[in-house]
Amino acid sequence: MINQLFLMNGYGVYVWSAFGFTIFCFISLYLITKFKLTREQNKFTKKFAGLPQAKIELAKTQKINKEIIVNTPNFNF
Amino acid sequence: MLKNFNPNKAFFLTTKILKTLFFIFIIILIIGLTESLWISPEDYKQSHAVRIMYVHVPAAWISLGIFTFIGILSLFNFIFKNKNFSLIAKSLSTSGFVFCIIALVTGSIWGYPTWGTWWVWDARITSMLLLSIFYLMYILSWKVFEKNINQEKISSIIAIIGMINVPIIKFSVDWWNTLHQNATVKIFSKSSIHPSMMLPLLIMTVAFALFSLIIFIMEYRAEVVKLKNKGLDRL
Repeated sequence: MINQLFLMNGYGVYVWSAFGFTIFCFISLYLITKFKLTREQNKFTKKFAGLPQAKIELAKTQKINKEIIVNTPNFNF
Repeated sequence: MLKNFNPNKAFFLTTKILKTLFFIFIIILIIGLTESLWISPEDYKQSHAVRIMYVHVPAAWISLGIFTFIGILSLFNFIFKNKNFSLIAKSLSTSGFVFCIIALVTGSIWGYPTWGTWWVWDARITSMLLLSIFYLMYILSWKVFEKNINQEKISSIIAIIGMINVPIIKFSVDWWNTLHQNATVKIFSKSSIHPSMMLPLLIMTVAFALFSLIIFIMEYRAEVVKLKNKGLDRL
């Protein structure tokens, strides 16, 4: 039964390579996009932390700025 | 209605749903893979090679669907001058391109045991290759041109011109004599595919659609953060 699943009457190499390529694309695309998002969030949080106190208070009035900082992984001021 | 298409609102909404969507996607993908690799029957002519259909067809459908949506959004961007439309279109393009590549590569792998060749310049396959080129031009237009207005205009023009190719892909198998088979799944008439094969095909399509939605949300969030980053300079 296991042989049947892997060999598929000789078509296994085609079927598994097609599914393998798809999963490889999925994982790569997910990791690249996650990296891109984290990089942008880190850039934002770093810039936010470097602002003068008065500007930080002003930026804090926008809820979206707080939301970005809260969702930035592993970032410490 | 256009006021509701607000990047800030969308950012708040997507924070909560991203993890749930990912969890649902994993479950549906596992069910889809089990159905398509194990439970579904082999074809009487193509034997187990038919299983490639369960990744090839959903990838092709979704890449076509995404490009159509990008084209419509680009048209709306010209009419309503709403920046958010181009932001959504831009965020969709990467996953659309990857799905197009998956459709081309898996189609090529399927072609070898079925037709005896990896590639043939037939109308369906060539028009699909053209779609991937349009995707590439669209993505590059955002990177190559520096001014934001130029990026928006040029990418929108590429998407609108590329829309002409969408019906060509869809009807290429009817208009020309192609090696690629005719559509077996039809919306307005009876499909010729057996229900035992239709079920895994639909499950995999849902899984692929969910994955493209997850990637779109992540891309969109990255674009919104980029915008807000520029906003900090203007404080």
